[in-house]
Amino acid sequence: MNRETATTRQTTMHPLLWALLFTAVFSLAIYSIAFAQGSTPTDDEVNQIAKKLYCPVCENIPLDACPTEACRQWRDQIREMLSQGKTEAEIIDYFAATYGERAASDPRDKVKAYLVPIVAILLGAAGLVSALRKWRKPQAAHPAAPANEAQLPAQMDDYVARIEEELRNRD
Amino acid sequence: MTETTPSRRAVPLWAQITIWIFLVGLLIIIAMGLNRAQQGTVQPGQQIADFKLTFYDGYRIDENAEINLSDLRGKVVMINFWASWCKPCEQEAADLQRAWEKYEPSGKVIFLGVDYVDTETSALVYLKKFGITFPNGPDLATKISQYFRIRGVPETYFIDQQGVLRYVQIGPFVNLEQIEAQIDPLLK
Amino acid sequence: MIAHFGFGILLIAFFVTLYATLTSALSKREAPQRAASMVESARRAMLLTFPLITLASALLIYLLVNNHFEVQFVYQVTSRSMPTYLKVTAWWGGQAGSLLFWSWLMSAFASLATLRNWERDREFLPWVILVSCFTLAFFLGMTAFFENPFKMFYQTSDGVGAYFFQPANSMLFTPEDGRGLNPLLRHPGMVAHPPLLYLGFVSFVIPFAFAIAALITGRTDDRWIRITRRWALWAWLFLTFGLVFGGRWAYDVLGWGGYWGWDPVEIAAFMPWLTGTAFLHSVMIQEKRGMLKHWNMLLIILTYDLVIFGTFLTRSGVLSSVHAFAQSAIGPLFFGYIIVTFVASVALLLHRWGSLKAETEMKSLLSREALFLFNNLLFMSVLVVCFWGVIYPLTSELFTGSKVTVGPPFYERATGPLFAALLFLMGIAPLSAWGHSTLKTLGRALWKPAVVAVAITLALYAFYTRNAYALTGFFLVAFVVSITVYEYWRGARARQKSKHENFLAALSNLTKRDRRRYGGYLVHLSIALMAIGILGIELFQIETQGTLEINQRMSLGGYDMQYQDIARFTGPDGREVTRAVVGIYQNGQFLGNLHPRIDYYWDAQQAMTIPGQRATMKDDLYILLVNWEPASASGATFKIYVNPLVNWLWMGSLLFFAGIAIAAWPEKDRERAVVKASRQIHEAGAAK
Repeated sequence: MNRETATTRQTTMHPLLWALLFTAVFSLAIYSIAFAQGSTPTDDEVNQIAKKLYCPVCENIPLDACPTEACRQWRDQIREMLSQGKTEAEIIDYFAATYGERAASDPRDKVKAYLVPIVAILLGAAGLVSALRKWRKPQAAHPAAPANEAQLPAQMDDYVARIEEELRNRD
Repeated sequence: MTETTPSRRAVPLWAQITIWIFLVGLLIIIAMGLNRAQQGTVQPGQQIADFKLTFYDGYRIDENAEINLSDLRGKVVMINFWASWCKPCEQEAADLQRAWEKYEPSGKVIFLGVDYVDTETSALVYLKKFGITFPNGPDLATKISQYFRIRGVPETYFIDQQGVLRYVQIGPFVNLEQIEAQIDPLLK
Repeated sequence: MIAHFGFGILLIAFFVTLYATLTSALSKREAPQRAASMVESARRAMLLTFPLITLASALLIYLLVNNHFEVQFVYQVTSRSMPTYLKVTAWWGGQAGSLLFWSWLMSAFASLATLRNWERDREFLPWVILVSCFTLAFFLGMTAFFENPFKMFYQTSDGVGAYFFQPANSMLFTPEDGRGLNPLLRHPGMVAHPPLLYLGFVSFVIPFAFAIAALITGRTDDRWIRITRRWALWAWLFLTFGLVFGGRWAYDVLGWGGYWGWDPVEIAAFMPWLTGTAFLHSVMIQEKRGMLKHWNMLLIILTYDLVIFGTFLTRSGVLSSVHAFAQSAIGPLFFGYIIVTFVASVALLLHRWGSLKAETEMKSLLSREALFLFNNLLFMSVLVVCFWGVIYPLTSELFTGSKVTVGPPFYERATGPLFAALLFLMGIAPLSAWGHSTLKTLGRALWKPAVVAVAITLALYAFYTRNAYALTGFFLVAFVVSITVYEYWRGARARQKSKHENFLAALSNLTKRDRRRYGGYLVHLSIALMAIGILGIELFQIETQGTLEINQRMSLGGYDMQYQDIARFTGPDGREVTRAVVGIYQNGQFLGNLHPRIDYYWDAQQAMTIPGQRATMKDDLYILLVNWEPASASGATFKIYVNPLVNWLWMGSLLFFAGIAIAAWPEKDRERAVVKASRQIHEAGAAK
């Protein structure tokens, strides 16, 4: 399913993107070969990925910090997959498929996760702007604002005056 | 008080209605979440919905490497949730296997082991260590455990020939008799 | 015996509270003479609750300290081996006790509010009593009937159970030892974190009570805001400190190298902070310009219900979290309470909508009030992100059947730009004038600090980091700091010239003349300092993990650590301690030893990983002992973090305290003078 959509998109890609993609895939390949042939992955490489996963046994503790036996097994699984040359994305996909979406710390359905807050914030902003416009309208009717309020004095003495006045007007 | 009496401008009706609909919707969502949290596991007496379990390598039922619960109508099904990292599960593993050896020849009872949040490597080590021969498979995407709303492992569910849940065991079985006590009445 | 007595006292307190609630509510229907005496009676009943709940709490503490394990709550949260101070703090270490603690604080604050001088605001009194007693009655009722800390164990023919009263044919049952407090809570940080958080929660109830009183009486001026200004500031201080202490506790105890994990329960405490902060800012607009009356009402209603909502989330089992209490039956009650209070408050607000019209109009998009509005929009946006982050997994599970996790990446991505914009506003808002500002006037005030901030950012670019997020963040921090310092300097210089004072005297007199403004500036400065800490640990934290043999070394971020020794022994309270000794070197120079350890609590079957820390203003070295098997010869596994700048976060919070103290310290003489003056105005107004 995923692969299908990816190929349809690729056919319309710019040659430059092709070149970029090629280098990316090529370097990834080299990277994985290096892994496959080289020593076992270090703890740091495992933790780097474990940080992005949550094990259901430790609610709300990222996998890299969770001390339970289940989580230790998960980290071993990451290590094993890394040594097989799997990439980070592949590993996270695997965990989400095997243990459910909740294994990934970042919601993978980006549209669903981000749409609601973005729309709500934009609505709030629109509401604020329209309210400001409504408030500003009456200004046209009586534009004469008090002169002393209108200007921020540039000189120090005026500044003192402003401070003193504000202080006097307090409460 | 100090201000001149303003014209009483109420909130437009459509805005009021929108606000209330939004609030009620929000409250309903939270209420549903609360309701879910308050429910325990699936209760006995309930018809269990169909699910598919794909077995680990080496396990089969009639040459099938996977099974739908609906295929098992007419048999008593025992579903055991376990994990290799779960210490209490080890207590009951041998008893479960002995029970399976007792009931398997009759062909009227099926045991299914559902492995909860476990890695395949450790699961296979565990199954080998306890010599488990009844079919076991991973709980893919934790769908099955979510359906049963399990609270932990081990938990064991007994389903009768009509697919109705009859008994839930929370925690490990202490001996073989406890398991028999649940299965034998269902076979009559 | 003592437990029965405590239960009785709790029941009496509940009925007294109920009496105060009903009497104050019904007083409105009576003739003025009788109404006044009813309100007075309600007020006295209200004042009586505090000694009653104090007594009940003292009894509970007595039971806790003296190992009365026949009491269920004592059995659940203490054990013989716990030190006495932890037995006292176990008061709020479990569901039932913490509800009692909540009630106790609520009653203390309500009593304080009731004791103030009411001469001028008689009409508010019954409604303030009503709201605070209604809240108190809810919490007390829950403590008395659903989560009672005084229930005792009895042995009946069906086994052992916890009961209010001795069932027939039963015997009191006393377990040998208690289960002990959750190990996570056995830490000095836990002494301070929950009480501060609860203090913040509870003290926001008072401004809410006044707001509702204002709505009910239809008194639509800003009197309720002026009365509760200091309350709100102190509430905000407590809440902020509750959050900061919680972060510090997590940093010291949870062993994941950070202080904030965007856990649902942390967010539940953070949400009222957001609306409370927005409220503190936007009430200033109402005071100065008579605008935003609806909005302020809505904000305080939201704050109140988010406080209850946060309490609900942690106690109902709706969310699973490291901080969550055990599941309990009180969830539906809390939920019902939220519905009732929220719907009633919003309906009341809608009812009064027309009479809350603004007195002046917005004149400029760059005026201070307009900038405050943007600030409110940003705070509400952060709230929306947080709320959605908490609710989304719930909706996802309900509608698609798939559980999801909303972890730190979501919140960081979504709130990062909002926090940046807030910092920016924090910089320019103090420079804009009330009523009217233009780009030109703002620019004239702004350019000098902006140049300083740019220069600092360039220097950081040259010598410290090339990270774009970090540079943006540091620029904003520099911007806020230079503007705030510049404002101080300008004010003091101006005074110095006109009054011929020396600079320091001018500075202090300036602050004294408008403590609210200059206290506020200090708070802004502290937020900027805290932002430095947050930027440092979020963007520059580095870590490594490795397994070492004795005398082997590992290095990170310029530090070398040498694994020197390890020992396992039993601690005084029965925990098994595995403690490593690690030597720390920098550039070959020995800096000292650190002792990361793992504490295993047999009673709770839980391990805690306590880091060894070395803190400087530049960075923290934070070492965890991850694993050590005595049987195997494979050495010990350590995880090291270097957390740059994180100490600025803790230091900044101290300045925060100073700022609030300056802004909110009671000002007796002045307040009275103001009260007198405005009473004359009020009376004059009434005479018209």
